[in-house]
Amino acid sequence: MAFFNIFNIAGSGMSAQSVRLNTVASNLANADSVSNSAATAYKARYPVFQAIQTSLMSPGAAIDPTKGADASVKVSDIVQSTAPGAARYEPGNPLADANGYVYASNVNVVEQMADMISASRSYQNDVEVLETSKQLMLDTLKLGS
Amino acid sequence: MPLDLNTYLGIEPDALKVYSQRAEVLAANLANADTPGYQARDIDFRAALASAGSPGSPLTPVTTSPEDVTAGSAGGGLTTEQFLKYRIPLAPALDGNTVDSQMEESQFAQNTVRFQATLTFLNNRFSELSTAITGQ
Repeated sequence: MAFFNIFNIAGSGMSAQSVRLNTVASNLANADSVSNSAATAYKARYPVFQAIQTSLMSPGAAIDPTKGADASVKVSDIVQSTAPGAARYEPGNPLADANGYVYASNVNVVEQMADMISASRSYQNDVEVLETSKQLMLDTLKLGS
Repeated sequence: MPLDLNTYLGIEPDALKVYSQRAEVLAANLANADTPGYQARDIDFRAALASAGSPGSPLTPVTTSPEDVTAGSAGGGLTTEQFLKYRIPLAPALDGNTVDSQMEESQFAQNTVRFQATLTFLNNRFSELSTAITGQ
């Protein structure tokens, strides 16, 4: 029954979006974290979404339109941004290096906020799809009564 | 003359199947709205419904795995795979994603309303039948 697949598909979308919200939360929380070297400074994290066909169960395989309608989402990886973070001259900071510099994270707060809104809208879409499918299934159960 | 329930119900049960599979495709599109490289798909509804009922049609249950129950199985391999088409994107994203959430959502809503309309037609058929049986 196709509707049972919808629960899996929308569920996978919800879990992927919640991972994305998670990374946004951790990026925003660490937006002002500083470190004593550029290498150890906090780097923004981003999830990598990948479509997988549950009927094929081979993540990474290209979607084959002739092999089933379902395509769930999977978080295949979480990558760290390679953008350089700012070095600030703060000799009074206990984390400052020998030259008096602290290294800030490379989190772009505005971008993270936009990402957060996008993730929450997508999550809401998935919830809506789930709700509608559930209602249709219940209506089908009551058929003929 | 014995009543053939399949003929009596007409095309509605087949339409219900196609609607439910279309809902699945649209749900997959919505779930993959943020997946790079994902290309939105939809079912060619006219072709899918036109083939309904004919032997060997995708709407006739087929077994796809040994666990499938053969005749009339609810979880069987009812597939409309050959009617799956890629959407022509209005504004493809830079990452190769062609899902337009707003459009998918409106299609999903439309599909839902049609599914419910078909359910109503079927319900009316059943209540006609029960009126005929009970005579009241």
